[in-house]
Amino acid sequence: MAIAKVLGIETEYGIQVRGAESNPVAASSVLINAYVSGVLRRIGWDYEDEHPGTDARGFSYPESFAPEAGSQLVNAVLTNGARYYVDHAHPEISTPECVDAREIVRWDRAAEEIVRASMHAARRLLNDGSEIVTYKNNSDGKGNSYGCHENYLVDRATPFGRIVSQITPHFVSRQVFCGAGKVGCEFPNTTSTMVPYQLSQRADFFEEEVGLETTLKRPIVNTRDEPHCDATKYRRLHVIVGDANMAQVSTYLKVGTTAIVLAMIEDDALGNDLALANPVSAIRQISHDPTLTRTITLREGKRMTALELQWAILERAQKYERSHGLEPVGEAVGLDVLSRWETVLAGLENDRTTVAHWVDWVAKERLVNAFAERHDLRPGDTKLKALDLQYHDLRAERCLADRVGLEVMIGDDDVRTAMTEPPTTTRAYFRGKCLQKWPSEIVAANWDSLVFDVGRDPLRRVPMMEPLRGTADHVAKLLDECTSAAELLARLGS
Amino acid sequence: MAERTQKQKPVPARTEETVTETPAASPQGDKLKAELDDLLDEIDDVLETNAEDFVKSYVQKGGE
Repeated sequence: MAIAKVLGIETEYGIQVRGAESNPVAASSVLINAYVSGVLRRIGWDYEDEHPGTDARGFSYPESFAPEAGSQLVNAVLTNGARYYVDHAHPEISTPECVDAREIVRWDRAAEEIVRASMHAARRLLNDGSEIVTYKNNSDGKGNSYGCHENYLVDRATPFGRIVSQITPHFVSRQVFCGAGKVGCEFPNTTSTMVPYQLSQRADFFEEEVGLETTLKRPIVNTRDEPHCDATKYRRLHVIVGDANMAQVSTYLKVGTTAIVLAMIEDDALGNDLALANPVSAIRQISHDPTLTRTITLREGKRMTALELQWAILERAQKYERSHGLEPVGEAVGLDVLSRWETVLAGLENDRTTVAHWVDWVAKERLVNAFAERHDLRPGDTKLKALDLQYHDLRAERCLADRVGLEVMIGDDDVRTAMTEPPTTTRAYFRGKCLQKWPSEIVAANWDSLVFDVGRDPLRRVPMMEPLRGTADHVAKLLDECTSAAELLARLGS
Repeated sequence: MAERTQKQKPVPARTEETVTETPAASPQGDKLKAELDDLLDEIDDVLETNAEDFVKSYVQKGGE
Protein backbone atom coordinates (compact mmCIF):
# COMPACT_ATOMS: atom_id res chain seq x y z
CA MET A 1 0.00 0.00 0.00
CA ALA A 2 1.37 3.40 -1.00
CA ILE A 3 2.30 5.69 1.87
CA ALA A 4 0.88 9.18 2.45
CA LYS A 5 2.51 11.63 0.08
CA VAL A 6 3.89 14.36 2.31
CA LEU A 7 4.87 17.19 -0.03
CA GLY A 8 6.93 20.34 -0.27
CA ILE A 9 8.14 22.87 -2.85
CA GLU A 10 11.38 24.87 -2.74
CA THR A 11 11.60 27.88 -5.03
CA GLU A 12 14.66 29.93 -5.87
CA TYR A 13 13.62 33.38 -6.97
CA GLY A 14 15.44 35.48 -9.53
CA ILE A 15 16.77 38.66 -7.93
CA GLN A 16 17.95 41.97 -9.28
CA VAL A 17 18.96 45.26 -7.73
CA ARG A 18 17.79 48.23 -9.74
CA GLY A 19 19.43 51.58 -9.32
CA ALA A 20 22.59 50.46 -7.51
CA GLU A 21 25.53 48.12 -7.84
CA SER A 22 25.06 45.04 -5.70
CA ASN A 23 25.85 41.37 -5.73
CA PRO A 24 22.95 38.92 -5.62
CA VAL A 25 24.11 37.19 -2.43
CA ALA A 26 24.14 40.45 -0.51
CA ALA A 27 20.85 41.51 -2.08
CA SER A 28 19.25 38.20 -1.10
CA SER A 29 20.44 38.66 2.48
CA VAL A 30 19.07 42.21 2.63
CA LEU A 31 15.76 41.00 1.22
CA ILE A 32 15.32 38.21 3.75
CA ASN A 33 16.62 40.23 6.69
CA ALA A 34 14.22 43.00 5.83
CA TYR A 35 11.39 40.51 6.20
CA VAL A 36 12.51 38.58 9.27
CA SER A 37 13.50 41.69 11.21
CA GLY A 38 10.55 43.79 10.09
CA VAL A 39 7.75 41.26 10.11
CA LEU A 40 8.68 38.50 12.50
CA ARG A 41 9.51 40.89 15.29
CA ARG A 42 5.86 41.77 15.52
CA ILE A 43 4.85 38.17 16.04
CA GLY A 44 7.23 37.49 18.84
CA TRP A 45 10.70 36.90 17.54
CA ASP A 46 13.29 38.07 19.99
CA TYR A 47 16.25 39.79 18.42
CA GLU A 48 17.44 41.42 21.60
CA ASP A 49 21.19 41.97 21.25
CA GLU A 50 21.30 40.07 18.01
CA HIS A 51 22.16 40.77 14.44
CA PRO A 52 18.96 40.05 12.54
CA GLY A 53 19.27 37.15 10.21
CA THR A 54 22.78 36.04 10.98
CA ASP A 55 22.54 34.86 14.55
CA ALA A 56 21.55 31.31 15.35
CA ARG A 57 18.92 32.13 17.92
CA GLY A 58 15.58 30.97 16.74
CA PHE A 59 16.15 30.76 13.07
CA SER A 60 19.42 29.13 12.12
CA TYR A 61 19.91 25.50 11.38
CA PRO A 62 22.28 23.23 13.24
CA GLU A 63 25.15 21.41 11.56
CA SER A 64 23.25 19.65 8.83
CA PHE A 65 22.07 22.95 7.40
CA ALA A 66 24.99 25.10 8.45
CA PRO A 67 25.71 27.85 5.96
CA GLU A 68 29.18 28.01 4.44
CA ALA A 69 31.74 28.61 7.15
CA GLY A 70 32.27 32.24 7.99
CA SER A 71 29.59 33.49 5.65
CA GLN A 72 26.73 35.67 6.78
CA LEU A 73 24.07 33.86 4.81
CA VAL A 74 20.61 34.17 6.21
CA ASN A 75 18.81 31.02 7.16
CA ALA A 76 15.46 31.53 8.83
CA VAL A 77 12.66 29.28 9.95
CA LEU A 78 9.27 30.96 9.76
CA THR A 79 6.25 30.52 12.00
CA ASN A 80 4.35 28.92 9.12
CA GLY A 81 6.90 26.11 9.22
CA ALA A 82 8.73 27.25 6.07
CA ARG A 83 12.44 27.86 5.61
CA TYR A 84 13.58 31.17 4.08
CA TYR A 85 17.25 31.42 3.17
CA VAL A 86 19.93 32.40 0.72
CA ASP A 87 20.85 29.56 -1.58
CA HIS A 88 23.74 30.19 -3.95
CA ALA A 89 22.88 33.63 -5.25
CA HIS A 90 19.11 33.51 -4.81
CA PRO A 91 16.53 33.97 -2.09
CA GLU A 92 14.78 30.65 -1.59
CA ILE A 93 11.71 29.52 0.29
CA SER A 94 10.90 25.91 1.11
CA THR A 95 7.24 25.49 1.96
CA PRO A 96 6.32 23.66 5.14
CA GLU A 97 5.42 20.00 4.76
CA CYS A 98 1.92 19.63 3.28
CA VAL A 99 -0.36 16.63 2.77
CA ASP A 100 -1.98 17.42 -0.55
CA ALA A 101 -1.67 19.50 -3.70
CA ARG A 102 -4.19 22.06 -2.52
CA GLU A 103 -2.15 22.80 0.59
CA ILE A 104 0.94 23.06 -1.61
CA VAL A 105 -0.71 25.75 -3.73
CA ARG A 106 -1.67 27.65 -0.59
CA TRP A 107 1.78 27.63 1.01
CA ASP A 108 3.55 28.20 -2.31
CA ARG A 109 1.37 31.27 -2.84
CA ALA A 110 2.13 32.32 0.74
CA ALA A 111 5.86 32.02 -0.08
CA GLU A 112 5.31 34.32 -3.07
CA GLU A 113 3.60 36.87 -0.83
CA ILE A 114 6.42 36.60 1.71
CA VAL A 115 8.89 37.47 -1.05
CA ARG A 116 6.64 40.36 -2.09
CA ALA A 117 6.42 41.59 1.50
CA SER A 118 10.21 41.29 1.67
CA MET A 119 10.58 43.56 -1.38
CA HIS A 120 8.41 46.18 0.32
CA ALA A 121 10.34 45.89 3.56
CA ALA A 122 13.66 46.15 1.69
CA ARG A 123 12.44 49.23 -0.15
CA ARG A 124 12.02 50.97 3.19
CA LEU A 125 15.50 49.89 4.27
CA LEU A 126 17.34 50.95 1.13
CA ASN A 127 17.16 54.71 1.14
CA ASP A 128 19.52 55.28 -1.78
CA GLY A 129 16.74 55.04 -4.36
CA SER A 130 17.68 51.50 -5.30
CA GLU A 131 15.19 48.67 -5.33
CA ILE A 132 15.38 44.90 -5.01
CA VAL A 133 13.17 43.15 -7.53
CA THR A 134 12.36 39.43 -7.56
CA TYR A 135 11.07 37.09 -10.24
CA LYS A 136 9.39 33.72 -9.92
CA ASN A 137 10.93 32.12 -12.97
CA ASN A 138 13.78 29.71 -13.72
CA SER A 139 16.06 31.30 -16.26
CA ASP A 140 17.61 34.62 -17.17
CA GLY A 141 17.36 33.90 -20.88
CA LYS A 142 21.14 33.81 -21.11
CA GLY A 143 21.83 30.23 -20.15
CA ASN A 144 21.62 30.54 -16.37
CA SER A 145 18.97 28.52 -14.61
CA TYR A 146 17.78 28.23 -11.02
CA GLY A 147 15.28 25.79 -9.69
CA CYS A 148 11.87 25.07 -8.33
CA HIS A 149 12.17 21.71 -6.63
CA GLU A 150 9.42 19.43 -5.43
CA ASN A 151 9.68 16.89 -2.64
CA TYR A 152 7.60 13.76 -2.19
CA LEU A 153 7.73 11.28 0.66
CA VAL A 154 8.07 7.77 -0.73
CA ASP A 155 8.36 4.35 0.82
CA ARG A 156 11.97 3.26 1.31
CA ALA A 157 10.82 -0.28 0.41
CA THR A 158 9.99 0.74 -3.15
CA PRO A 159 13.01 -0.05 -5.35
CA PHE A 160 14.57 3.22 -6.46
CA GLY A 161 15.22 1.78 -9.91
CA ARG A 162 11.49 1.31 -10.40
CA ILE A 163 10.82 4.90 -9.38
CA VAL A 164 13.42 6.19 -11.86
CA SER A 165 12.23 4.21 -14.84
CA GLN A 166 8.51 4.68 -14.24
CA ILE A 167 8.38 8.33 -13.18
CA THR A 168 10.51 9.54 -16.10
CA PRO A 169 7.78 9.46 -18.79
CA HIS A 170 5.63 11.64 -16.52
CA PHE A 171 8.46 14.08 -15.82
CA VAL A 172 9.17 14.39 -19.53
CA SER A 173 5.57 14.92 -20.63
CA ARG A 174 3.82 16.71 -17.72
CA GLN A 175 5.21 20.03 -18.98
CA VAL A 176 2.27 20.17 -21.40
CA PHE A 177 0.19 21.38 -18.46
CA CYS A 178 2.78 22.72 -16.01
CA GLY A 179 5.39 24.35 -18.23
CA ALA A 180 5.80 28.04 -17.38
CA GLY A 181 6.57 28.97 -21.01
CA LYS A 182 9.64 30.68 -22.40
CA VAL A 183 10.29 33.11 -25.24
CA GLY A 184 13.33 31.84 -27.14
CA CYS A 185 15.74 29.03 -26.48
CA GLU A 186 18.88 28.50 -24.41
CA PHE A 187 19.92 25.11 -25.73
CA PRO A 188 23.34 25.27 -27.40
CA ASN A 189 23.30 25.76 -31.16
CA THR A 190 19.56 26.36 -31.22
CA THR A 191 18.51 29.89 -32.11
CA SER A 192 15.38 31.73 -31.12
CA THR A 193 14.42 31.70 -34.80
CA MET A 194 14.38 27.92 -34.68
CA VAL A 195 12.52 27.90 -31.33
CA PRO A 196 10.75 31.25 -30.85
CA TYR A 197 8.60 29.94 -27.99
CA GLN A 198 8.66 26.81 -25.85
CA LEU A 199 6.64 25.14 -23.10
CA SER A 200 9.22 25.02 -20.35
CA GLN A 201 11.69 27.36 -18.68
CA ARG A 202 13.89 24.45 -17.67
CA ALA A 203 13.88 21.83 -20.45
CA ASP A 204 16.94 23.37 -22.16
CA PHE A 205 19.06 22.56 -19.10
CA PHE A 206 18.67 18.80 -18.65
CA GLU A 207 21.54 16.62 -19.76
CA GLU A 208 21.21 13.33 -17.89
CA GLU A 209 18.47 10.82 -17.14
CA VAL A 210 19.44 10.26 -13.54
CA GLY A 211 22.11 11.61 -11.19
CA LEU A 212 23.05 13.51 -8.06
CA GLU A 213 23.87 16.89 -9.59
CA THR A 214 21.55 19.88 -9.48
CA THR A 215 23.72 22.65 -10.92
CA LEU A 216 25.72 20.91 -13.64
CA LYS A 217 24.67 18.11 -15.92
CA ARG A 218 21.21 18.34 -14.43
CA PRO A 219 19.35 15.00 -14.36
CA ILE A 220 15.64 14.40 -15.03
CA VAL A 221 15.55 12.24 -11.89
CA ASN A 222 17.67 13.55 -9.04
CA THR A 223 19.15 10.98 -6.65
CA ARG A 224 19.75 13.15 -3.59
CA ASP A 225 18.98 10.91 -0.65
CA GLU A 226 18.42 13.13 2.32
CA PRO A 227 15.02 12.24 3.72
CA HIS A 228 14.93 14.63 6.71
CA CYS A 229 12.95 11.94 8.55
CA ASP A 230 13.28 8.27 9.46
CA ALA A 231 15.60 7.03 6.71
CA THR A 232 14.87 3.40 7.40
CA LYS A 233 11.23 3.91 6.43
CA TYR A 234 11.21 6.79 3.99
CA ARG A 235 12.83 8.38 1.02
CA ARG A 236 12.34 11.99 -0.05
CA LEU A 237 12.15 12.11 -3.82
CA HIS A 238 13.80 15.42 -4.70
CA VAL A 239 12.46 16.57 -8.05
CA ILE A 240 14.40 19.24 -9.90
CA VAL A 241 12.83 18.96 -13.32
CA GLY A 242 9.88 21.33 -12.89
CA ASP A 243 9.25 25.01 -13.61
CA ALA A 244 8.17 27.56 -11.01
CA ASN A 245 4.55 28.34 -11.81
CA MET A 246 2.62 31.56 -11.56
CA ALA A 247 -0.68 29.78 -12.38
CA GLN A 248 -2.06 28.13 -9.26
CA VAL A 249 -3.68 25.34 -11.26
CA SER A 250 -0.33 24.57 -12.93
CA THR A 251 1.27 24.11 -9.51
CA TYR A 252 -1.73 22.07 -8.38
CA LEU A 253 -1.58 19.75 -11.37
CA LYS A 254 2.21 19.49 -11.34
CA VAL A 255 2.28 18.28 -7.74
CA GLY A 256 -1.11 16.55 -7.69
CA THR A 257 -0.49 14.35 -10.73
CA THR A 258 3.06 13.52 -9.66
CA ALA A 259 1.90 12.46 -6.19
CA ILE A 260 -0.67 10.13 -7.76
CA VAL A 261 1.90 8.65 -10.17
CA LEU A 262 4.30 8.02 -7.27
CA ALA A 263 1.56 6.28 -5.27
CA MET A 264 0.90 4.11 -8.33
CA ILE A 265 4.59 3.25 -8.59
CA GLU A 266 4.69 2.26 -4.92
CA ASP A 267 1.71 -0.03 -5.52
CA ASP A 268 3.31 -1.28 -8.73
CA ALA A 269 0.28 -0.17 -10.71
CA LEU A 270 1.91 1.86 -13.49
CA GLY A 271 4.02 -0.56 -15.54
CA ASN A 272 7.23 -0.20 -17.54
CA ASP A 273 5.87 -0.05 -21.06
CA LEU A 274 5.81 3.77 -21.26
CA ALA A 275 9.59 4.03 -20.80
CA LEU A 276 11.17 6.36 -23.33
CA ALA A 277 14.01 5.58 -25.71
CA ASN A 278 15.77 8.86 -24.99
CA PRO A 279 14.21 10.93 -22.20
CA VAL A 280 16.82 13.71 -22.35
CA SER A 281 16.18 14.62 -25.97
CA ALA A 282 12.44 13.91 -25.53
CA ILE A 283 12.00 16.51 -22.77
CA ARG A 284 13.50 19.12 -25.06
CA GLN A 285 11.61 18.02 -28.17
CA ILE A 286 8.34 18.31 -26.29
CA SER A 287 9.23 21.69 -24.85
CA HIS A 288 10.29 23.03 -28.25
CA ASP A 289 6.99 22.10 -29.90
CA PRO A 290 4.05 24.29 -28.82
CA THR A 291 1.92 22.61 -31.51
CA LEU A 292 2.04 19.50 -29.29
CA THR A 293 2.13 17.28 -32.38
CA ARG A 294 5.71 16.00 -32.40
CA THR A 295 6.09 12.36 -31.44
CA ILE A 296 8.76 10.84 -29.26
CA THR A 297 9.98 7.26 -29.32
CA LEU A 298 9.24 4.78 -26.57
CA ARG A 299 11.78 2.13 -25.64
CA GLU A 300 9.47 -0.48 -27.12
CA GLY A 301 9.60 1.35 -30.43
CA LYS A 302 6.15 2.95 -30.47
CA ARG A 303 5.92 6.70 -31.13
CA MET A 304 3.60 8.93 -29.12
CA THR A 305 2.96 12.65 -28.67
CA ALA A 306 3.35 14.12 -25.18
CA LEU A 307 -0.44 14.36 -24.94
CA GLU A 308 -0.85 10.69 -25.87
CA LEU A 309 1.68 9.78 -23.22
CA GLN A 310 -0.26 11.86 -20.69
CA TRP A 311 -3.58 10.30 -21.72
CA ALA A 312 -2.01 6.87 -21.18
CA ILE A 313 -0.76 7.82 -17.70
CA LEU A 314 -4.10 9.44 -16.80
CA GLU A 315 -6.04 6.37 -17.90
CA ARG A 316 -3.90 4.21 -15.61
CA ALA A 317 -4.36 6.70 -12.78
CA GLN A 318 -8.14 6.54 -13.20
CA LYS A 319 -7.98 2.77 -13.11
CA TYR A 320 -5.76 2.96 -10.03
CA GLU A 321 -8.28 5.20 -8.29
CA ARG A 322 -11.02 2.64 -8.94
CA SER A 323 -8.95 -0.26 -7.62
CA HIS A 324 -6.97 1.36 -4.80
CA GLY A 325 -8.62 4.70 -3.99
CA LEU A 326 -6.54 7.87 -3.52
CA GLU A 327 -6.05 7.98 0.23
CA PRO A 328 -2.25 8.57 0.01
CA VAL A 329 -2.74 11.87 -1.86
CA GLY A 330 -5.91 12.94 -0.02
CA GLU A 331 -9.07 11.37 -1.46
CA ALA A 332 -11.02 14.55 -2.31
CA VAL A 333 -8.04 16.46 -3.69
CA GLY A 334 -6.94 13.36 -5.61
CA LEU A 335 -10.34 13.06 -7.31
CA ASP A 336 -10.29 16.75 -8.21
CA VAL A 337 -6.78 16.39 -9.62
CA LEU A 338 -7.91 13.47 -11.81
CA SER A 339 -10.86 15.48 -13.06
CA ARG A 340 -8.80 18.58 -13.87
CA TRP A 341 -6.05 16.40 -15.39
CA GLU A 342 -8.59 15.07 -17.89
CA THR A 343 -10.02 18.52 -18.57
CA VAL A 344 -6.61 20.05 -19.17
CA LEU A 345 -5.52 17.32 -21.61
CA ALA A 346 -8.78 17.60 -23.54
CA GLY A 347 -8.45 21.37 -23.60
CA LEU A 348 -4.86 21.27 -24.82
CA GLU A 349 -5.86 18.83 -27.52
CA ASN A 350 -9.03 20.52 -28.76
CA ASP A 351 -8.77 24.24 -28.05
CA ARG A 352 -6.01 25.30 -25.76
CA THR A 353 -7.45 28.76 -25.17
CA THR A 354 -10.02 27.02 -22.94
CA VAL A 355 -7.24 26.20 -20.46
CA ALA A 356 -5.30 29.45 -20.70
CA HIS A 357 -6.53 30.30 -17.18
CA TRP A 358 -4.91 27.11 -15.86
CA VAL A 359 -1.66 26.71 -17.79
CA ASP A 360 1.17 29.24 -17.63
CA TRP A 361 2.74 28.52 -21.00
CA VAL A 362 -0.61 28.87 -22.75
CA ALA A 363 -1.46 32.12 -20.96
CA LYS A 364 1.96 33.56 -21.73
CA GLU A 365 1.87 32.39 -25.34
CA ARG A 366 -1.45 34.15 -25.90
CA LEU A 367 -0.09 37.34 -24.41
CA VAL A 368 3.13 37.19 -26.43
CA ASN A 369 1.32 36.42 -29.68
CA ALA A 370 -1.32 39.10 -29.18
CA PHE A 371 1.33 41.69 -28.35
CA ALA A 372 3.49 40.71 -31.31
CA GLU A 373 0.50 40.95 -33.62
CA ARG A 374 -0.62 44.33 -32.35
CA HIS A 375 2.85 45.86 -32.62
CA ASP A 376 3.95 43.90 -35.66
CA LEU A 377 6.96 42.36 -33.91
CA ARG A 378 9.00 39.48 -35.25
CA PRO A 379 9.85 36.39 -33.20
CA GLY A 380 13.01 37.11 -31.25
CA ASP A 381 12.17 40.79 -30.67
CA THR A 382 13.54 41.93 -27.32
CA LYS A 383 10.13 43.35 -26.38
CA LEU A 384 8.77 39.80 -26.38
CA LYS A 385 11.56 38.65 -24.11
CA ALA A 386 10.75 41.57 -21.80
CA LEU A 387 7.13 40.44 -21.77
CA ASP A 388 8.26 36.94 -20.76
CA LEU A 389 10.39 38.28 -17.91
CA GLN A 390 7.66 40.58 -16.72
CA TYR A 391 5.14 37.74 -16.62
CA HIS A 392 7.13 36.51 -13.58
CA ASP A 393 7.90 39.93 -12.08
CA LEU A 394 6.71 39.95 -8.46
CA ARG A 395 6.22 43.72 -8.30
CA ALA A 396 2.46 44.15 -8.15
CA GLU A 397 2.62 47.11 -10.52
CA ARG A 398 4.59 45.11 -13.12
CA CYS A 399 3.49 41.49 -12.80
CA LEU A 400 1.81 40.34 -16.02
CA ALA A 401 0.73 36.92 -14.69
CA ASP A 402 -1.54 38.79 -12.26
CA ARG A 403 -3.26 40.40 -15.23
CA VAL A 404 -4.04 37.55 -17.62
CA GLY A 405 -7.06 36.07 -15.81
CA LEU A 406 -5.45 33.00 -14.20
CA GLU A 407 -7.83 30.99 -12.01
CA VAL A 408 -7.50 31.72 -8.31
CA MET A 409 -7.84 28.47 -6.36
CA ILE A 410 -6.74 29.86 -3.02
CA GLY A 411 -8.18 33.23 -2.05
CA ASP A 412 -6.13 36.10 -0.65
CA ASP A 413 -7.32 35.61 2.94
CA ASP A 414 -6.17 32.00 3.02
CA VAL A 415 -2.87 33.00 1.45
CA ARG A 416 -2.37 35.75 4.01
CA THR A 417 -2.92 33.49 7.01
CA ALA A 418 -0.59 30.88 5.50
CA MET A 419 2.22 33.45 5.60
CA THR A 420 2.34 33.02 9.38
CA GLU A 421 0.33 29.88 10.14
CA PRO A 422 1.56 26.35 9.46
CA PRO A 423 -0.49 23.53 7.91
CA THR A 424 -2.35 21.66 10.66
CA THR A 425 -1.76 18.32 8.99
CA THR A 426 1.98 17.64 9.37
CA ARG A 427 4.89 18.10 11.78
CA ALA A 428 5.15 21.65 10.37
CA TYR A 429 2.31 22.42 12.79
CA PHE A 430 4.46 21.57 15.82
CA ARG A 431 7.44 23.49 14.40
CA GLY A 432 5.44 26.59 13.51
CA LYS A 433 3.37 26.72 16.68
CA CYS A 434 6.42 26.26 18.92
CA LEU A 435 8.17 29.09 17.06
CA GLN A 436 5.10 31.28 17.56
CA LYS A 437 4.81 30.48 21.23
CA TRP A 438 8.37 30.13 22.51
CA PRO A 439 10.68 31.86 20.03
CA SER A 440 13.28 32.75 22.62
CA GLU A 441 13.54 29.21 23.98
CA ILE A 442 14.21 27.65 20.57
CA VAL A 443 17.88 27.86 19.65
CA ALA A 444 17.75 25.80 16.48
CA ALA A 445 15.13 24.42 14.20
CA ASN A 446 15.46 21.82 11.51
CA TRP A 447 13.10 19.81 9.34
CA ASP A 448 13.30 16.89 11.73
CA SER A 449 13.98 18.48 15.12
CA LEU A 450 13.62 21.51 17.37
CA VAL A 451 16.29 22.36 19.93
CA PHE A 452 15.16 24.12 23.11
CA ASP A 453 17.15 26.05 25.66
CA VAL A 454 15.02 26.45 28.76
CA GLY A 455 17.82 27.72 30.95
CA ARG A 456 19.05 24.41 32.23
CA ASP A 457 21.80 22.36 30.64
CA PRO A 458 21.88 20.51 28.41
CA LEU A 459 19.98 21.81 25.38
CA ARG A 460 16.94 19.65 24.72
CA ARG A 461 16.37 18.28 21.25
CA VAL A 462 12.84 17.24 20.29
CA PRO A 463 13.11 14.88 17.34
CA MET A 464 10.39 14.96 14.67
CA MET A 465 11.32 11.95 12.58
CA GLU A 466 7.74 11.22 11.53
CA PRO A 467 6.40 13.86 9.10
CA LEU A 468 2.81 13.03 10.04
CA ARG A 469 3.28 13.38 13.81
CA GLY A 470 3.04 16.74 15.51
CA THR A 471 -0.17 17.66 13.69
CA ALA A 472 -2.91 19.81 15.23
CA ASP A 473 -4.83 16.64 16.06
CA HIS A 474 -1.86 15.34 18.01
CA VAL A 475 -0.47 18.39 19.77
CA ALA A 476 -2.83 21.40 19.57
CA LYS A 477 -4.36 20.66 22.97
CA LEU A 478 -0.96 20.00 24.54
CA LEU A 479 0.51 23.23 23.13
CA ASP A 480 -2.52 25.18 24.37
CA GLU A 481 -2.21 23.78 27.86
CA CYS A 482 1.52 24.34 28.27
CA THR A 483 2.37 27.73 29.72
CA SER A 484 6.11 27.39 29.13
CA ALA A 485 8.56 25.55 26.93
CA ALA A 486 9.87 23.81 30.05
CA GLU A 487 6.42 22.46 30.76
CA LEU A 488 6.11 21.28 27.15
CA LEU A 489 9.40 19.41 27.39
CA ALA A 490 8.40 17.87 30.71
CA ARG A 491 5.10 16.67 29.28
CA LEU A 492 6.74 15.37 26.14
CA GLY A 493 9.01 13.40 28.46
CA SER A 494 12.08 14.29 26.51
CA MET B 1 -4.23 6.86 -32.06
CA ALA B 2 -7.28 4.62 -31.71
CA GLU B 3 -6.64 4.53 -28.00
CA ARG B 4 -6.60 8.27 -27.78
CA THR B 5 -9.93 8.69 -29.55
CA GLN B 6 -11.43 6.32 -27.06
CA LYS B 7 -10.05 8.28 -24.13
CA GLN B 8 -11.45 11.53 -25.40
CA LYS B 9 -14.98 10.25 -25.18
CA PRO B 10 -15.68 11.20 -21.58
CA VAL B 11 -14.61 14.75 -22.20
CA PRO B 12 -17.86 16.41 -23.32
CA ALA B 13 -19.70 14.81 -20.40
CA ARG B 14 -17.07 16.20 -18.06
CA THR B 15 -17.35 19.68 -19.45
CA GLU B 16 -21.10 19.65 -18.78
CA GLU B 17 -20.54 18.44 -15.25
CA THR B 18 -18.22 21.27 -14.39
CA VAL B 19 -20.45 24.07 -15.66
CA THR B 20 -21.91 24.64 -12.22
CA GLU B 21 -18.61 24.92 -10.38
CA THR B 22 -16.31 26.65 -12.83
CA PRO B 23 -17.06 28.83 -15.82
CA ALA B 24 -17.61 26.71 -18.94
CA ALA B 25 -14.82 26.58 -21.45
CA SER B 26 -16.15 29.00 -24.01
CA PRO B 27 -17.24 31.92 -21.80
CA GLN B 28 -13.97 31.53 -19.98
CA GLY B 29 -12.17 31.81 -23.34
CA ASP B 30 -14.19 34.92 -24.25
CA LYS B 31 -13.54 36.47 -20.90
CA LEU B 32 -9.82 35.82 -21.27
CA LYS B 33 -9.80 37.33 -24.72
CA ALA B 34 -11.54 40.44 -23.48
CA GLU B 35 -9.12 40.65 -20.58
CA LEU B 36 -6.21 40.20 -22.94
CA ASP B 37 -7.47 43.02 -25.17
CA ASP B 38 -7.91 45.25 -22.13
CA LEU B 39 -4.46 44.32 -20.95
CA LEU B 40 -2.92 45.15 -24.32
CA ASP B 41 -4.70 48.50 -24.18
CA GLU B 42 -3.22 49.36 -20.81
CA ILE B 43 0.03 47.48 -21.13
CA ASP B 44 2.16 50.50 -21.97
CA ASP B 45 1.72 51.71 -18.40
CA VAL B 46 2.79 48.37 -17.03
CA LEU B 47 5.67 47.45 -19.31
CA GLU B 48 9.20 48.49 -18.54
CA THR B 49 9.95 51.46 -20.75
CA ASN B 50 13.29 50.26 -22.02
CA ALA B 51 12.83 46.60 -22.97
CA GLU B 52 16.38 46.36 -24.28
CA ASP B 53 17.94 47.45 -20.97
CA PHE B 54 15.43 45.50 -18.91
CA VAL B 55 16.24 42.23 -20.67
CA LYS B 56 19.96 42.85 -20.96
CA SER B 57 20.45 43.74 -17.32
CA TYR B 58 18.63 40.67 -16.07
CA VAL B 59 21.57 38.36 -15.46
CA GLN B 60 21.40 35.64 -12.83
CA LYS B 61 23.85 33.25 -11.33
CA GLY B 62 22.88 29.63 -11.79
CA GLY B 63 21.33 28.17 -8.68
CA GLU B 64 20.18 24.95 -6.98
